[in-house]
Amino acid sequence: MKKISKLYLALLFLFLYAPIFVLIVYSFNESKSKTVFSGFTFDWYIKLFNNELIMTSLGNTLLIAIVASVVSTILGTMAAIGFSKMRKLPRALMMNVNNIPIINPEIVTGVSLMLLFVFFAARMNFEFGMGTLLLAHITFDVPYVVLNVMPKLRQMNPHIYEAAQDLGCNPVKAFFKVVLPEIMPGVLSGFLMSFAYSLDDFVISYFTSGSNSQTLPITIYSMTRRKVSPEINALSTIIFIVVVTVLVVKNILEKRDMKKRNEEILVER
Amino acid sequence: MNENTHTHRSLLQKLIAAPYIVWMIVFIIVPLAMVAYFAMTTADGVFTLENIKDVWQYANIFVRSIWLAAIATVICLVIAYPAAYILSRTSASAQSTLLMLVMLPMWMNFLLRTYAWMTILGNNGLINSFLGLFGIDSIKMLNTQGAVVLGMVYNYLPYMILPLYTVMMKIDKSVLEAAHDLGCNGAKTLFKVVMPLSIPGITSGITMVFVPAISTFIISRMLGGGSQLLIGDLIEMQFLGNSYNPNLGSAISLVLMVIVLIIMTVMNQFDAGDDKVLM
Repeated sequence: MKKISKLYLALLFLFLYAPIFVLIVYSFNESKSKTVFSGFTFDWYIKLFNNELIMTSLGNTLLIAIVASVVSTILGTMAAIGFSKMRKLPRALMMNVNNIPIINPEIVTGVSLMLLFVFFAARMNFEFGMGTLLLAHITFDVPYVVLNVMPKLRQMNPHIYEAAQDLGCNPVKAFFKVVLPEIMPGVLSGFLMSFAYSLDDFVISYFTSGSNSQTLPITIYSMTRRKVSPEINALSTIIFIVVVTVLVVKNILEKRDMKKRNEEILVER
Repeated sequence: MNENTHTHRSLLQKLIAAPYIVWMIVFIIVPLAMVAYFAMTTADGVFTLENIKDVWQYANIFVRSIWLAAIATVICLVIAYPAAYILSRTSASAQSTLLMLVMLPMWMNFLLRTYAWMTILGNNGLINSFLGLFGIDSIKMLNTQGAVVLGMVYNYLPYMILPLYTVMMKIDKSVLEAAHDLGCNGAKTLFKVVMPLSIPGITSGITMVFVPAISTFIISRMLGGGSQLLIGDLIEMQFLGNSYNPNLGSAISLVLMVIVLIIMTVMNQFDAGDDKVLM
């Protein structure tokens, strides 16, 4: 790589990471000030873990992300299989509707679901809360599952499924024994993607949650509205460490997987 | 018998998508229909076009949103293009690490990323206290349009880099070698060969930055301090803010959707084939 390219990337990463490192450094700052570094402390971390609101909203976030991504993965995989068997025109229609939540500005998805929930909350006597949040999250998660599973279905040889049935499998068994293993990478990446989006979502949750069902991003938002809240810095540091760990592990696993595949190819030759 | 199992099979295969089709109708189609309905009725449910007309009162906010989002998109493109090009030309092992470094900030919640800039740009923030060491008076950076654009660029830059990188990766190395053999220098290869081949990446990058940028209400609120209202703020205020008016809010949302639709149609015109780049 040329020197100028290296310099360019270095500046880019400086821009991307400097703000995050500022947060990390100040999470250990003794004083509440955003500017003066007066001494090293773990106080903000202790305060963070003793902050009931943050801990409850973290619990809410994890619960919603897990349930929403599991339900979305099942619903989306089923839908993708059904769509792939359709004729071209209805399939295109289905995919276009499926993509609406991805294309639409998040705020529009948020307010449209809010209108729906307000309408039914009055008539069916329920309140905004974990239920409405869950419905909203599933709605924006499933499209990603469908988009991840569809290409895997298209790559698959359709005759394997028929062969399994000819050999005596019923459709359900044939699906679990033959189709599912083939499309598993797509199902898995769809699951992870919807889990990550659910954890991270603020805008749609903001419009569909109740006062007793705050998720972590909503709590973070109300914290940033206050003048000084150094617990945010501590929280950012922890989230950063978690994200780095997950990505590094994923990277290592992928590299190992690639190596293994390369070796297999060599052996076959 | 054979015929029978065949029809049975296809019925099952059709039914398997049914739950999600119902879901899409209830949670995608109906809510959007409700937005359209609210936009075209009064609070009592009487048909009217007043709400849509009222949106014109906020024309200045629309202009500002489009303008700021457009500036942010152009800056993202200018920064991301060389970055994606360099990334696509590095060795495979370095590539996966560098790519991870580009994506990593995306997984930090964007509220935290934006909050970080509040700390840096504030009147008592990092930059101003640094300048203060040299006796320079503090410069007002937070709560300006510049801060809002910076926040957009910072938050959405990876969305521009990734699709560009994806199309550039697909460009066959031998094409570049051929251009070189035929007498193109580096810059000429870039403009004559790489640029035209990376148009699908440019268009999807533009949509992926412009759409969230034009509809944000967080970046403008946190870095613009309420003085730089955008379309997103306007919508939020009608639904959860002080000026509760879901009918007007729906009308604004409807106009926003139309703007987004226009942008996407225009961008699709530039795409040569059906070579769409989706993340």
